[in-house]
Amino acid sequence: MGAIRLEKVRKAFGEAVIIPELDLDIKDGEFVVFVGPSGCGKSTLLRLIAGLEDVTSGDITIDGTNATELPPAKRRLAMVFQSYALYPHMSVRKNIAFPLKMAGMDKAEIDKRVSNAAKILNLDNYIDRRPGQLSGGQRQRVAIGRAIVREPAAFLFDEPLSNLDAALRVGMRLEISELHQRLKTTMIYVTHDQVEAMTMADKIVVLHAGHIEQVGSPLELYSRPRNTFVAGFIGSPKMNLLTGAEAKKHDAATIGVRPEHIALSTSEGMWKGTVKVSEHLGSDTFLHVETALHPEPLTVRADGEFPVHYGDTVYLTPQADKIHRFDDKGLAIR
Amino acid sequence: MARRVTQRRKIGMTVLAWAVGLLIFFPILWTFLTSFKSELTAISIPPQFLFFDWTTENYATIYEQSNYFHYMMNSIYLSLGSTALGLLFAIPAAWAMAFSPTPRTKDILLWMLSTKMLPAVGVLIPIYLLFVNFGLLDSRLGLIVVLFLINLPIIVWMLYTYFKEIPGEILEAGRMDGATLRQEITQILAPMAVPGIASTVLLNIILAWNEAFWTLNLTTSNAAPLTAFIASFSSPQGNFYAKLSAASMLAIAPILILGWFSQKQLVRGLTFGAVK
Amino acid sequence: MATTHTKSAARAMMAPSVIALLIWMAVPLAMTLYYSTLGYSLYNPISTPFVGFDNYSYFLSDPTFSAALVNTLILVVGVLCITVGGGILVALLLDQDFYGVNVVRLLVIAPFFVMPTVAALVWKNMMMNPVYGVIGQFLSSIGLQPIDWMTEVPLLSIIIIVAWQWLPFATLILLTALQSLSSDQKEAAEMDGAGALSIFWYITLPHMSRAITVVILIQTIFLLSIFAEILVTTNGGPGSQSTNLTYLVYQQAISFGDVGAASAGGIVAVILANIVAIFLVRLIGKNLDA
Repeated sequence: MGAIRLEKVRKAFGEAVIIPELDLDIKDGEFVVFVGPSGCGKSTLLRLIAGLEDVTSGDITIDGTNATELPPAKRRLAMVFQSYALYPHMSVRKNIAFPLKMAGMDKAEIDKRVSNAAKILNLDNYIDRRPGQLSGGQRQRVAIGRAIVREPAAFLFDEPLSNLDAALRVGMRLEISELHQRLKTTMIYVTHDQVEAMTMADKIVVLHAGHIEQVGSPLELYSRPRNTFVAGFIGSPKMNLLTGAEAKKHDAATIGVRPEHIALSTSEGMWKGTVKVSEHLGSDTFLHVETALHPEPLTVRADGEFPVHYGDTVYLTPQADKIHRFDDKGLAIR
Repeated sequence: MARRVTQRRKIGMTVLAWAVGLLIFFPILWTFLTSFKSELTAISIPPQFLFFDWTTENYATIYEQSNYFHYMMNSIYLSLGSTALGLLFAIPAAWAMAFSPTPRTKDILLWMLSTKMLPAVGVLIPIYLLFVNFGLLDSRLGLIVVLFLINLPIIVWMLYTYFKEIPGEILEAGRMDGATLRQEITQILAPMAVPGIASTVLLNIILAWNEAFWTLNLTTSNAAPLTAFIASFSSPQGNFYAKLSAASMLAIAPILILGWFSQKQLVRGLTFGAVK
Repeated sequence: MATTHTKSAARAMMAPSVIALLIWMAVPLAMTLYYSTLGYSLYNPISTPFVGFDNYSYFLSDPTFSAALVNTLILVVGVLCITVGGGILVALLLDQDFYGVNVVRLLVIAPFFVMPTVAALVWKNMMMNPVYGVIGQFLSSIGLQPIDWMTEVPLLSIIIIVAWQWLPFATLILLTALQSLSSDQKEAAEMDGAGALSIFWYITLPHMSRAITVVILIQTIFLLSIFAEILVTTNGGPGSQSTNLTYLVYQQAISFGDVGAASAGGIVAVILANIVAIFLVRLIGKNLDA
């Protein structure tokens, strides 16, 4: 149904190459997240798949047919935009019905599908309102509703949660995951937020400057980052990356240890350091510890009630099997 | 204390502002009053302001003796016709410029603007001769085309600035939803841009209604609008103040009312978006 | 939004407007240019010999031309001074807090919607007529000698009429600019100890400078081609005292039937307008990036 394949896809605006040649396979029913810092080309990649931009070269296959030359409407994809892109002059009902009307579906079927979608998304009570009268979360649901009625081969989400406040974002994240479980339709989701990527994805595609840095499941990326970029990007707080003498001891140009993989002690350990700022989250405390190993302080996770103060001396011991090693090109040494 | 000062200041300002406002408005007010006077009262010395025998005979005379209706219909045909034609050409152009800009879009816009700055006398003679040759002189069609062309840059510009405020994502959503280009424009863009299109239409009607170079030079009677009708009062009928006033009021009233409604958009339209 | 499909669609959508304007601009202008090199009279249209620059030397050496050129400049500058100066004052007044702001606003902008022929005739007959005009009667009532505006000071009369028509435009735009000035800035200046006059000079006026430029440029474009007001009041006279370039070209063509000379005059007018247009287009173009 919704398998999508990119082969040697390349995108350039004049001289500026946004996406150098790239291959990607997305299986039917997968929830794939494109993640990366802003400007990495993730939105452009999504728009290439949607057909809102032309590929400069390469092929896009959707559901077994070559879709490279097809206009957006013929690709059987539905998209949820960052701004939701609801039609402000139409009611919720008309917004959701619009793609079906464009497809020339008969009225009874449209009504059935619209009320069905409204029920799934809890929009029953707002169905005759205009988008302007809805809250951010409700607008988001309408945008999703407009996408699901079409029963597309795949859904495309372009940073759909970035305009919502933090609390609502967590709720919508769950709703979208829930929707995926129920519909089992391919979803491609673009975000710059690695937490969204980790929590929702079956498969994460980490992009950086138009390149795919790594493709894998959330846990794969977490435990086996292919290079320093992925290592630094995935995981929160960020992995500590050390260069210099300490890295040499491990036969590497760079070594990385996650804050949660460092044991803390006030009496003894491998590395001696001084506590700087502590960030108390309740369940955990993140300590920034200054050491002789590295100019930047290391981040270390401690228990919520770990008893240290600014200026105290502590000892850090990394878990030996959780040390990531990278060569001088930043690639992981396995 | 402070309150009283601001209150006194406000009253002073009110007097001053009303005085200035009425001074500027006076010629129109005077025309309005005179249009209800008899010819004799209109030239009485000293002038009479409000306490005269109000009469509507001038309006009746204008209506009976002159072909007022004919001129008014021409004004309506010309302004509506040129505006409709303008929208037909400008909406697609403004769509393209606002939502599919290229590096050249800006140059094209500025070039369009520069055609507006071409002085009419620079092209009067060829247009006049072409109109004579093609039998368009004193025809509504010919004048509609000319008015359409002189105002097209303004229509494109205004629509462009309004369209640019509409997020492109909404049109892309329409495209994803299967709307064709025509549906995208007629069912998504146009309904969203109704306020902008309406003010564009309004401004263009005002400009076309008051245009007084081409309408005077390219018409004699058949296609002559109100501008030409009023010009025919220049002499010696201009000495009949009351009738001149009545005719003038009839000519300006519709556009005065339209103009009052569209004053905000006017700034934007007439400065090509340079002042909002 | 940039697929080749939408790009080519965009080109197709723009084409009608571009082509229409291109024809409208290029064809008549080329014809004017061509006629300006011919000895072409409407009274003898059979023989139109090529005369090179004769029309230009005739037109440029005609004393009426230099008079018309001077008149054109006086007309433009005079109207600009009145409308910009008056516009700033009226805009400042309308920006104050008083009773009936909206009504006064309507009164002030009304003249802009009056068609040129009406404005000119109303002023000529009912305001400026030395015997029955309101101004004349007012002057006599305070013991002064009424002026026969249209014959004694024809150009000034036209300046007054045109300035009355354009004052609302200047006021409206300057008022818009004035109201976009954040009150924070004025308050900050007040905290810094600036008086009302310094605030106007150092804060308000610089803020309005762009709007003032826009007013000057746009009005100049329109003022260069004032026509109807002259046609229905003075007919350019007495003599050529109130003839501007536009009216002169019209006279050459329609009254004297001299297509060649009129075309040369038209080209001169085009060149003059272009000098202003270049500045205006640049200014607006700069604004377009922002």
